[in-house]
Amino acid sequence: MSVTLAHKGSSRSTDRLLLLVLLPVALISLGPVVRLLLEGVGVGSGLTTAHLTSVLTQDSTRTALLHSLVTAAGGTVISVLVGASFAFLVALTDVRAKAALVFCLMVPMMIPPQITALAWMQVTGPSSVLLKMLGLAPPLGSPQPLHSPAGIILLLGLQHASLVFLTLRAGLRMLPAELVEAARMSGAGPWRVWSQIVLPLSLPALIAGAAMAFVTALGNFGIPAMLGIPARYSTLPTLIYQRLTGLGPSVLSEVAVLSLLIAAVAILGVLASRLMLRRGGYGLVGFSGTPLALSLGRARAPVEVALWLFLAAILVLPLAALLATSLIPAYGVPLRLDTVTAKAWIEALFTQPVTRRAYANSLFLALAAALTLMAFSLPLAWLMERRPTVLSRALDALIDLPYALPGVVLSIACILAFMRVPFTELSLYGTIWIILLAYLARFFVVMLRPIQSSLAQLDPAMEEAAASVGAHLITRLRAIVLPLAAPSAAAGAILVFLTAVNELTVSALLWSSGTETLGVVIFNLEDSGETVMASALAMSIVCLIVALMAAVQAGARHFPKGIIPWQS
Amino acid sequence: MAELRFSNLSKQFEGSARPALAAVDASIASGEFIALLGPSGCGKTTLLRLTAGFEKPSAGRISLGGEVMADETHFVPAEAREIGIVFQSYALWPHKTVAQNVSFPLEVRRVSRAERDRRVAEALALTGLRDFAARMPAQLSGGQRQRVALARCLVFEPRAMLLDEPLANLDLALRSSMQEVFRAFHRRIGATMLYVTHDQGEALALADRIAVMESGRIRQFAAPEVLYREPADCFVAGFVGDGAVIPVRATGESMPDGTIIEVLGQRHAVRARCAAPSHVSIRPENVVIRDSGPLRGRVVGQTYLGGRFRLQVELGGETLVAYATRRARLGEALGLSIEDAWAFHDPESETLMARALAHA
Repeated sequence: MSVTLAHKGSSRSTDRLLLLVLLPVALISLGPVVRLLLEGVGVGSGLTTAHLTSVLTQDSTRTALLHSLVTAAGGTVISVLVGASFAFLVALTDVRAKAALVFCLMVPMMIPPQITALAWMQVTGPSSVLLKMLGLAPPLGSPQPLHSPAGIILLLGLQHASLVFLTLRAGLRMLPAELVEAARMSGAGPWRVWSQIVLPLSLPALIAGAAMAFVTALGNFGIPAMLGIPARYSTLPTLIYQRLTGLGPSVLSEVAVLSLLIAAVAILGVLASRLMLRRGGYGLVGFSGTPLALSLGRARAPVEVALWLFLAAILVLPLAALLATSLIPAYGVPLRLDTVTAKAWIEALFTQPVTRRAYANSLFLALAAALTLMAFSLPLAWLMERRPTVLSRALDALIDLPYALPGVVLSIACILAFMRVPFTELSLYGTIWIILLAYLARFFVVMLRPIQSSLAQLDPAMEEAAASVGAHLITRLRAIVLPLAAPSAAAGAILVFLTAVNELTVSALLWSSGTETLGVVIFNLEDSGETVMASALAMSIVCLIVALMAAVQAGARHFPKGIIPWQS
Repeated sequence: MAELRFSNLSKQFEGSARPALAAVDASIASGEFIALLGPSGCGKTTLLRLTAGFEKPSAGRISLGGEVMADETHFVPAEAREIGIVFQSYALWPHKTVAQNVSFPLEVRRVSRAERDRRVAEALALTGLRDFAARMPAQLSGGQRQRVALARCLVFEPRAMLLDEPLANLDLALRSSMQEVFRAFHRRIGATMLYVTHDQGEALALADRIAVMESGRIRQFAAPEVLYREPADCFVAGFVGDGAVIPVRATGESMPDGTIIEVLGQRHAVRARCAAPSHVSIRPENVVIRDSGPLRGRVVGQTYLGGRFRLQVELGGETLVAYATRRARLGEALGLSIEDAWAFHDPESETLMARALAHA
C-alpha cells in the first residue's frame, strides 16, 4: 500500500512541476508574439486586412523599409570585415595577448547602442570637446557627419562586429588542426592555406554570423534613433517609435503591421542564411582539440600594433570623447584645467530625480528579471533535459523567438497583450510591470541556454546515485543539481542583468513618466540638448558594465566552457 | 539483506526492434554475490537499472525480500528501494568532499549528527579512506574514487548492492587489488550483491554464481566452476573460458556420468547429462598431447602465456586449443587424445541447422 503511494506521489510531483513551470513560461514568452500575429490579420477588429494593405502601401513605410535594409546590410558588411579579420587573426595565428584582445572587442557589444552613438557623436562634429582640446574641431555650424546613413552604417557595423567574431571563432575552433597541417605538408603557403582550406571550411560559420549581425542591426533602435531622427532618416524601428509616441495607442494596429514587417524581414534574412548553409555544409572529421597558431613571422608585431590601434580607435577614442564631454560645465565650453568639473556627474547621479529614478528602475528591472528567470530556468532546464516531452521540445524551439525578433516587435506585442490583460479589466500599459514582463520574455533564452548546457554536461548518474541512496526529487534538485548548475546560473543571471540594465529598444516604447529606464533617460537627455549630463550618465553606466564584465571574467574558471559570450 | 527475485521480467525500449530484456526469471539468495556476465548489449545493464528502479519494466515482476518492487501495478521509485549502486563512472558529487559524499545518504534519512559522524567514520575506515575524508573527489585517484563510491553505498546498509562494471575504468594492477577489496568486503558485510561485468575473469574470480546473458536472456545461471565445466549451450561454452566447441553425432550409447559421441572421426567417451548431445566443449586441459594419441593434428598457432604455451591445433577442419610445456614448431604434427570433455544438447543450433537445411 505504502509502495503504491510512493510511486504515484513521485510521478505526480514531476508532472505538477512540469505544468507549474512550463505554463507561465509559455504564456509570458510566447503569448505576446502570438497576440501580435493575430493583430496583423485584424482579429481585434473583425478579421480584416485593411490595416495591412493601407500601411504597406504608404510611402513612409516603403522609405523606412528601404532605409532599414540599406543600413542593416551596410552595417553587416562592416561587421563581417571587422569581426572576420579579428576572428581569423585570433583563432589561427600566433598574435599575443589574445584574451585581452577578445575582451576589448567584446566591450562595444556590451555597451548599449545609444551610448555608443552618444560617444561617437562626441568624437566628431563641431561641438566635440575632444576635437576642441586638440584644436581640430570643424567650424561651428558645420554639420555633424554622423547624422547620416553612413554614420548609422558605421556604428551598426562596429556594434555588431563581435557577433560575427564570436560565431566565426567558434567555427574555426571546430576546424581540425590536421586539415591545415595536411595542407602545409602538401606545400601550401599560409595565404593558400587560408584561402583554399580555412575560408571555405569556415564559410558556414561566417554566414551564420553575418545573418545574426544583419538581424540584430535590423532591430537596432538606439543608433538610428540618436543619429537618424535628427537627420530625418527613419528606419522601421524609429518610424514605429515616432508614430507611437506622436499619436499614442490609437495607431497600435498600424504599428503592429510595421513591426510584423520587420519580423518578416528578419525571418527572411535568417531563412536565406539557412538556405546558403544547407548548400555549403561539410562534415568535418578529426580532432579539433589543438588550437591553431600559424606563425606570422616578422609580420606579427605590425599586425598586433594594427589590431590594438583599431581597438583604441573604436573603444578608447569614443569613450575618451564621452568622458571629456561629461567633465565640462556646459555644452560648448572647451575642456581645460580651469573648466573641468564633476558638476554633471553629481547632477546625474545624485541631484536629478529623473536620473536617480531611472537608475532605480533599471536596477530593479534588471535584478527582478535576472532573479525571476533564474528561479524558473533551473527547474525548466532540468525538465527539458531529463524529462523531455513534445511540449517542452516545442518550447525549446520557440523560446529563441522573443530574443531573436527585433526589440520593437516584442514591445508592440507586449503592448497588445497587456494593454488589457486577458479576462480582466487590468491594464499594465504605463506601469513598470509591462517592462518587466517584456524583459522576462526577451531574456529568457539568455538565462536558459547556459543552464541547459551545464545540465547537459552533468552525468545523469550523479542524480541516479542520489536517488539510489534515498533522495527524493526535490532533495536531488536542491542538493545535487542546484549546486552543480549554480555557476552557469550565476553567469546567465549576470548576462541578463548586463543586458537588461542597458536596455533601450523595448523600454523606449513601454515607458511612461515614472517608469523611465536608463536607456530612455540617456536618449531623452540628449534629445532635449542636455548632452553633458547624458554623457556623465552614460559614462557611469559604461563603468558599471565594465566592472560587471570584469567580475564575470574573474570568476571565469568556475563557469562551464562556452557560457561567457566573450570566451566561447 | 534480502532475497532478490525476477519473474518473467521484460523490458522493451521505445523505438528498439528487439527487447532489451526478454522474460528473465532468476532468484538470488540473501547474501549471495552474483555476477551478470555478457557481451555489450546483452541486457545486463538494463537488468541492473530495472533492479535499481531507474527504469520501469515492460512486463514481469521484481521483488526484494518478498516485497514487490515493480510489476504491472506497483512501482517503487529508486529512492524508496534501499538498494545501493556503484556506478562505472563512480558518480561522486564533485561539489562535496569525500566525507560529505558518504554522509549524504544519512542526511537524507535524517540520521542524527553524532550517529552520522560515527557511521561515516566507520565506512571510511572500512574502505581505507580515513585520511581522505576532507578531500574533494577531483583530488583522488581512480581507485580511491571507486572506494568512496563503495563507502557511500554501504554507509546506509542497503538491502542489496548493485555494481555496474565498477573496475572498467581502472588500470590492470589496480583492478586485481580492487577485486580483493570487493571480496573481503562481501565476506565482511555479507550483502546481496549484483555485479555487472563483461570481463569473465572478474566474474569467475568474484562471484558465487554467474548469470551469463545474451540478447536479453539469461543463458545459464550457475556457479563459476559449473559454467566452465558444464556449459549449457554453445554461447556459454564459447563465451566463458577457452577451448573449442564442435558439433558431434550422438551414438546413443550411455556410460556412467556420460555418453559416447562421434567427433573428429573417432568415438569418444564424454561427460554429459543428456543422451543425445549435439555439441562438445573441449577445454585446453581436455586435450592431452601424447604421441600415442588416437588423433593427429597440425600446429597452426602458438602464444606464450608465461609458464606454458597455448597451441592452436588443426585437425579435420576444426581448431582445438591445447596447453604445452615446450615450444612447438608451426606446422608440426602432434598426437592428441581428448579426455573428460563435456557434451551438451543445444536446441537452438538444431533449429539453426533445420533452417539452413530448409533453405538448401
